[in-house]
Amino acid sequence: MKCKKCGGKASVNMRQHNMALCKDDFLAWVPEQTERFIKKYRMFTHEEKILVAVSGGKDSLSLWDILARLGYQADGLYLGLGIDGGIDYSHESQRLTEKFAQDHNLKLHVVDVEKEYGHSIPVLANISHRGRGKPCAVCGLAKRHEMNRIARDLGYDVLATGHNLDDEAAVLFGNTLQWSSEYLIRQGPVLPSSDGLARKVKPLCRFYEREMTAYALARGIEYIYEECPFAEGSKQIFYKEALNQLENVRPGTKMTFYVKFLDAKLKGDLFQEKTIEQVNLHACPECGQATSAPGLCSFCRLIEKARAEV
Amino acid sequence: MVKLILRNQEFEVKAGMALLDALKKSNIVPEAVIATRNGEMITEDEILKDGDVIKLVAVISGG
Repeated sequence: MKCKKCGGKASVNMRQHNMALCKDDFLAWVPEQTERFIKKYRMFTHEEKILVAVSGGKDSLSLWDILARLGYQADGLYLGLGIDGGIDYSHESQRLTEKFAQDHNLKLHVVDVEKEYGHSIPVLANISHRGRGKPCAVCGLAKRHEMNRIARDLGYDVLATGHNLDDEAAVLFGNTLQWSSEYLIRQGPVLPSSDGLARKVKPLCRFYEREMTAYALARGIEYIYEECPFAEGSKQIFYKEALNQLENVRPGTKMTFYVKFLDAKLKGDLFQEKTIEQVNLHACPECGQATSAPGLCSFCRLIEKARAEV
Repeated sequence: MVKLILRNQEFEVKAGMALLDALKKSNIVPEAVIATRNGEMITEDEILKDGDVIKLVAVISGG
């Protein structure tokens, strides 16, 4: 297979684009496309301060690498979740993130959930009894809360996450199966800032997960290859596998599913804009972040409960 | 023979077939992996040679 740009030997074939590229052209193409989508969705400018949520995985480290290559002011945030799972998962992902920051001379903030709130994520999950023995719901809640908090407290304009198209398509698939209109209306490459919440952007939302893996490998990025020990059997992975089966038979299925959804949403074909306005948010009296019901937000309720049990 | 390695699993296929056919024969969804040979990424049309060891990098993550 030949590179579409230079005619040399191709390293990566992207069937959904009907395009194969050699390593060098692929490594140039990814940042070009990222820049294109940052502008298309008006994510941020070169004047704004960006906080990149970095987990030590291929997507977030690649995102940080791409933004740095493009000359954006991008600092990293690593959240220590205290997950061991017999493979020292959190320590290893923190080590790889710190190594990446050091090797690339980038600024990294590290926040340890246990040091901040007295308990690791698995312990908080046990205390809260949420998630039927799995800490994923509490983990997601804590990550969202802490990313918002740090972005706001340290004065960042925008919070960037490494979600790729497969992540987005899997979430869309799950929410469509349940017609979760409240979640569907909020899904997109940019979540605007509101009281207590930083603007959130997903600059990799148009890349397949396979492309991001290829990017990390081609750039020689050392990332945590082992899956989070709690991710096994997750619904999101199941949806990704199902979508890959479709993609295998019909290249471009995932891209069409996600991009056509965004188009339809933008045109108002799916939901009326007034649906968003009808969502009333309240400020949490403890942390000030927006919450859907009056009183403490879910995270502050969780911490209050954890403290009461000590 | 050609060896395919995916995490802790190993598959063997005959030399002379294309990577895409080798993946299908091993019941591996091509969309879910990146194939490397001697550390270099290879595309699905690559003909596998006798003695090749193909390391497959799983692409799916999340939870």
